[in-house]
Amino acid sequence: MADDTSGTTAGGSYRPEGIADEFSGAADTSTTSPGPTVPRLGAVGMLRFAWRQLTSMRVALFLLMLLAVAAVPGSVFPQQKQDPAAVAQYMIDNPTLGEWLNRLGFFDVYASVWFSAIYILLFTSLVGCILPRTKAHLHALRTAPPRTPRRFARFPARGRYLAPADLVSPEDVSAAAVKHLRRRYLGLPAFRVVTDVEPSGALTVSAERGYLRETGNLVFHISLLGILISFGAGQMLEYRGQAIVVEGRGFANSVVDYDTFESGALFDENSLEPFSMTLDSFESQFRITDAKAQDFTAFVTVRETDGTERADQIKVNHPLDQSGAKIYLQGNGFAPSVTVRDSAGEIAFAGSVPFLPQDDVYTSQGVIKVPDVSTGEQVGLVGYLLPTAEVTDSGARSIFPDPINPMLVLTVFHGDLGLDDGVPQNVYRLDTDGMTQSLEEDGTAVTLLVGQGETVDLPDGLGTIEFDALPRFVALDLRHDPTLGWLLASSLGALLGVSVSLFTPRRRIWVRATQDEAPDPDGSGRTVRRTVVEVAGLARGDDTGLQGEVDALLHALPALPEDLTHPQHGTSTPDSSTRKADR
Amino acid sequence: MNLSEISDLLAWGAATAYTVAMIAFAMDLSQVTDAMVQRKTARAAKTTVLAGSGGPEQYGVSSATAPSEVVEERRRSKALGIAMSTTTIGFLIHAAAFATRWVAAGHVPWANMYEFWLSGTFVAVGLFLLLQLKVDVRFLGVVVTFLSAMFLVLGLNVFHVVADEVQPALQNYWLVIHVGVAVTATGIFTVSFATSALQLLRDSRDNGSTLLRGEGTVVRGRNVAAWRLMNWRFLDQIPKPTALEALSFRLNAVGFVLWTFTIIGGAIWAEDAWGRAWGWDPKEVWSFVIWVVYAAYLHARTTRGWAGRRAAWFVVVGYACVLFNFTGVNLLFTGKHSYSGI
Repeated sequence: MADDTSGTTAGGSYRPEGIADEFSGAADTSTTSPGPTVPRLGAVGMLRFAWRQLTSMRVALFLLMLLAVAAVPGSVFPQQKQDPAAVAQYMIDNPTLGEWLNRLGFFDVYASVWFSAIYILLFTSLVGCILPRTKAHLHALRTAPPRTPRRFARFPARGRYLAPADLVSPEDVSAAAVKHLRRRYLGLPAFRVVTDVEPSGALTVSAERGYLRETGNLVFHISLLGILISFGAGQMLEYRGQAIVVEGRGFANSVVDYDTFESGALFDENSLEPFSMTLDSFESQFRITDAKAQDFTAFVTVRETDGTERADQIKVNHPLDQSGAKIYLQGNGFAPSVTVRDSAGEIAFAGSVPFLPQDDVYTSQGVIKVPDVSTGEQVGLVGYLLPTAEVTDSGARSIFPDPINPMLVLTVFHGDLGLDDGVPQNVYRLDTDGMTQSLEEDGTAVTLLVGQGETVDLPDGLGTIEFDALPRFVALDLRHDPTLGWLLASSLGALLGVSVSLFTPRRRIWVRATQDEAPDPDGSGRTVRRTVVEVAGLARGDDTGLQGEVDALLHALPALPEDLTHPQHGTSTPDSSTRKADR
Repeated sequence: MNLSEISDLLAWGAATAYTVAMIAFAMDLSQVTDAMVQRKTARAAKTTVLAGSGGPEQYGVSSATAPSEVVEERRRSKALGIAMSTTTIGFLIHAAAFATRWVAAGHVPWANMYEFWLSGTFVAVGLFLLLQLKVDVRFLGVVVTFLSAMFLVLGLNVFHVVADEVQPALQNYWLVIHVGVAVTATGIFTVSFATSALQLLRDSRDNGSTLLRGEGTVVRGRNVAAWRLMNWRFLDQIPKPTALEALSFRLNAVGFVLWTFTIIGGAIWAEDAWGRAWGWDPKEVWSFVIWVVYAAYLHARTTRGWAGRRAAWFVVVGYACVLFNFTGVNLLFTGKHSYSGI
């Protein structure tokens, strides 16, 4: 913006209501303080009034504070998107309060009406502010620095330079000042400079620098808008799929191959690149002393759309980039491979079943469902996999996450698994409604301990179970968001913009060079002709370097002989006593 | 005794040195009234001399500057000398604690809460000493050493964990960048908070707060509580509210840029580690709140009627959020930023 309130630049001025970042400190700053805007009657007037209020600094500040406050509940209450289980638990623990919180959107704060309302109003205010400011700034970029004010007395930074007229003329001063002010800084002139001759004959130089301050400010705010738009567009276009893959198996990038698949409203299923991937092996490292995880690596082979294959690996923190999507290693565990024979000795089930780890030593929970028996009842096995089992009188437990002594600990159900009802079932849960648990004679549940390579009889003559091998599985998360590049670019734009805006000083410097006649400083009483130069500086906002800028300009003016500036018998002036520089 | 334990001992040493320095700073501030009177007398005498020197103006350059209080001549006192040297010694011990922790852990020493406070206070004291090289900010010493000693002791007692390698989720160069910048920003916000807090106190005293003039609490003209613990006269010695506001702003501007970078870097890392750039994890929520509060501060400074006192309150609120983000968020909420148990 361009404009300031020193009343010298014309046109293109726009200031949000209530902003106070003008060039400050000058006496001749005209007071254009915008009083309360009185709305004209009528709908248009009201709208205009509402718009001015919305785009005012005070309302923007208020909305910012509101935004900060409104974001807090999202960290206090469990959120549906992040932790649906915690929300369900909260609803059970606090039925009445939970119901109301749910209605008011406290379990999905960042999509709630009130949170959205605040940030939409804030961004509307922002647009209403930056559009006119951009226009004004573009105008300011083409506008010459303001004319030199008549009096310098009340400017925050001032300086004076005095020389004998026969040694230094006002023209010399003007030329030196212009040369200094136009010095190159990163290839650009430091100041924009105009010179003028006043009717009195005095030469003036007006200079302004720091246009990048407003440019940075605008880039910052436009980038924030870019972040919001990228984020919103990302939610519409992204897709995300989760798949559990056992060693030696693979999956293809199609909606049906994922265990779960979510996508934005504008996602097109046909846009999925048909690559496929095989998990060759998975390696984990745990510290032997305290079982602390040290490293996880999934070795995979990717088959591209064109049929070429390549080997790659996925680690925590290092997702695999594939066809613009990223594949993350989100979890891992064991998928014991078992063979179940029914009472007739026929193979009723053979395959790997993922058991989900429950703790740091990979005590893993799982269910083996055996629906395809040739004779008799269906069988369901529920229990744990212990990678390194330690069996004591009190039971079996896992003591280390690596498979040193793997063991399945299972209880047995028989009856109807309920798989034929057509109702989708959770594969990690056994629906025991139509089933009976196998019991010992004393009424306790039968517990089978099956070590790797062992075959154990199932109770009640249900058949046998063999624990063949122990492959690993990985939980992969594939995500594609085409707007991430835009999000990054906008974020870096905001960072750059705010840095430039905060650390670029916006300054104006004025120089006036005249000639006068006065008593000779040597004290002889003669009248001599002098070149009198006055310099003033003004900055927008705080600027501790302003006086330094004025001083640097003064010292760039033609140097005077030593005997003139340091007369032996002279006394120094009050002003220069402490700050006189000797260059 | 292993390196991790040596580091802890050194951290205790640094906390002790800061405590001693804090006491010395406080003693110095309680003595300043006398020094001020002497200085005022001296200044008056000087002005008289200068006023007497008339005569024609000399050739050359002269510039008129409104004298900035921050660049005033440096005050000397025994207590202040002890305070500054103890702070410097404390900082050197702190540096040793920092370095030994780095070696013992085998990674940058800001991967858990204890290490975060160890390095955050290190940045705060380092910044204080660095600023002191350019301008006289010794008036900040009492607050900076107090906060640093307190957070170090808090970290050693409550959040301490033995130096250990980091889990796979943290094995990334972003740990160095993202958390490193966050630590630096926290250190800067600590010093700017100290500045703004003093600004508010001095402003209140200047505007006739009876409490801050050592006259107790006055309600409707009646002195209801005669707080005589402090006379608060040291507030006259520190720079004017406008100078403090200017210093605080410069620190906050740097802090805000670094905080913006912390959030962006965190989002880039989260995209790699968790498969989403932003997911409103409690730590993300509070980082966002902090960012918005400091953004509001920057706006308040340029809003008519909000600059100065009201803007300074944003710094206080912002710093409270910073503290909560690095303590409360880890202790009260479960989120993805929980490592090492706490």
